[in-house]
Amino acid sequence: MTANAGASPVIALKSVTKTIGDGVVTTLVRDIDMSIFPGEFVSITGPSGSGKSSLLYLLGLLDVPSSGDVFIQGQPVNKLDERARAHMRLSLIGFVFQFHFLLPEFTALANVMLPMRALAELDQHAMQERARTLLASLGLHDHMNKLPGQLSGGQRQRVAIARALANTPKVILADEPTGNLDSKSSEQVLAIFRRLVDETGSAIVMVTHDLELAERADRHVRIVDGRIV
Amino acid sequence: MNLVIDIAVTHVRSRLRQTLVGLLGVAMGVGFSVMMASLMEGSQRDFVSQLVDSLPHITMNDERRSPPRQPAEDAFDTIAISGLRTPETRPGIKNPYAIMAELEGWLNGAVAPSVETRAVIRYAGRDTAASVIGVDPRRERYVSKLPTQVRGGDLDALYKSSNAIIIGDKLAQKIGARIGNTIALASGRGEVMSCTVVALFHSGIAQSDETQAYTLIKTAQILAGQTGIINAMRIRVADIMQAMSVAGRIEAQTGYKSVSWQEANEDLLSAFEIRNFIMYTVVGAILLVASFGTYNIISTITHEKTRDIAILKSLGFTEGTVRRIFLIEALLIGLAGTVLGWVLGYALCSLLGTIEFKSPFMDATHLPLYYTPKHYALAALVALTASAIAGYLPARKAARQHPVEIIRGAS
Ligand SMILES: Nc1ncnc2c1ncn2[C@@H]1O[C@H](COP(=O)(O)OP(=O)(O)OP(=O)(O)O)[C@@H](O)[C@H]1O
Ligand SMILES: [Mg+2]
Repeated sequence: MTANAGASPVIALKSVTKTIGDGVVTTLVRDIDMSIFPGEFVSITGPSGSGKSSLLYLLGLLDVPSSGDVFIQGQPVNKLDERARAHMRLSLIGFVFQFHFLLPEFTALANVMLPMRALAELDQHAMQERARTLLASLGLHDHMNKLPGQLSGGQRQRVAIARALANTPKVILADEPTGNLDSKSSEQVLAIFRRLVDETGSAIVMVTHDLELAERADRHVRIVDGRIV
Repeated sequence: MNLVIDIAVTHVRSRLRQTLVGLLGVAMGVGFSVMMASLMEGSQRDFVSQLVDSLPHITMNDERRSPPRQPAEDAFDTIAISGLRTPETRPGIKNPYAIMAELEGWLNGAVAPSVETRAVIRYAGRDTAASVIGVDPRRERYVSKLPTQVRGGDLDALYKSSNAIIIGDKLAQKIGARIGNTIALASGRGEVMSCTVVALFHSGIAQSDETQAYTLIKTAQILAGQTGIINAMRIRVADIMQAMSVAGRIEAQTGYKSVSWQEANEDLLSAFEIRNFIMYTVVGAILLVASFGTYNIISTITHEKTRDIAILKSLGFTEGTVRRIFLIEALLIGLAGTVLGWVLGYALCSLLGTIEFKSPFMDATHLPLYYTPKHYALAALVALTASAIAGYLPARKAARQHPVEIIRGAS
């Protein structure tokens, strides 16, 4: 983390608060300041219901803060419209959820190609090549043309990671990516993340319940009651 | 393939049964609409062509639309003229043969002179009112279908005996006269003339068949008591749709009232307009009902696909893209349904066309059907519009969903 101290953050939150409800107001995230730098592996832990997922959705522009500012590569995004935010998600951010969230009717390969096709920066052939390379690097050579229903939980999660990496995002946001996996698969995922950070300079923010995994990140953030402690 | 279309096709393909049901709904809507339109327009055209073909397209007679200016009005600043009476005999058209020559100069069609008068036919002790039309058989064939409607002889039979007459077949039936019988015609002035029935005619229009009779011009002139009079011109035009404007031109040129078939059958044509309105309403309703099926399917798919929608949005798909996916799904169903509906509609029409009807009131034994690409295009347009709307509503709702809530709910 110190290696990147001089660089500008990929994502920065400035006193971000998120509340929901009109009458009974629930505060999910309280006055958070946080910066994610390129090539940084950040882990987030905290009790259930402390606001970890909510924080991740704010970092990934899936949700808008009630107050405070979000910056992507130094640019404030609060004022951007839905299309511009969607485009930032597509080109800069990769999500991995606890549940794999693959499209059930599409093969592993097609699922990985989905974000590339939406961004449409590569031609069909280059997209296919890149998707194959990604899947192969995650040990899925033999499963590219299978549907999600024909894959194991760990395999699906790796396909989901490959999809998150499809457009070479600047930051990967992972919400309990190992939550449904056994320890061997969890190790695999963690190794993939570590390699990614070291090799590509992308940043990773990973929410986890596993303290041992969390300690192996470059920086470990603890959330309690919507606050960083 | 385009990503949006790819996803849309995958969705509809993986729900084959539902898709098929929706598709059949649209197909039946389109099919029945095409059939109905073909039937309605067919019967209308059939009717109009029978009506128009059997009679002259334009009739010019010796009336004027507004009373002629009185010489007194030209001479003095007259405020009002009262006590004028319509003459008891018809004035006739002035210089009819000069007018005919003039019209023939520019008219794309034909003109024939005639004399219209009324008489009471006396036969076997019974009196029946009839309108007698004096025609010129040599010219008549160019202005009406009368020569082809003559039964038991031909129009030239009028030359064969003095005071020859051709009467409508229904009229003949009514009075009990047959070809060769002599009937008495009493004019309005009480003079009686004996005529020989030389043939009958059948136009298919009950009103003329029951009340009309044809003679030579000379015979009608004697009956009317006005030697040399011509009080109507029978005119046929090459393009029946031009009849109205041609009639207007003739009237402007001659000053005599000229009535086109459209004007003469105004009530009937406006009845057709109402009929068409009803038809289009029913057709629209059929297609609307069909589009409910599509609405239902797209709704169901968006419900089942809530999670996928959230995934796509979290990946960075815009609302517009998500909306387009479901809209295209609806249009795919609409399009496939339309094509199938065209086939169905054509098949139904062909089937109806083979049915034979035996009715004492109709000459036609087959249903009159009218085939035109217009019906197919129109049904497609309505079906696709309905499909688009049916798809758009659930698509918009789906696209607006907040992905966070769905992702929270699912993990
Ligand atoms: N729609 C909602 N209505 C009310 N409360 C909500 C809603 N969504 C989330 N919350 C609350 O917000 C808080 C933060 O939720 P969040 O999902 O961010 O927690 P978390 O730290 O990810 O928990 P976990 O470890 O169980 O995933 C929780 O207390 C949750 O109950
Ligand atoms: Mg959570």
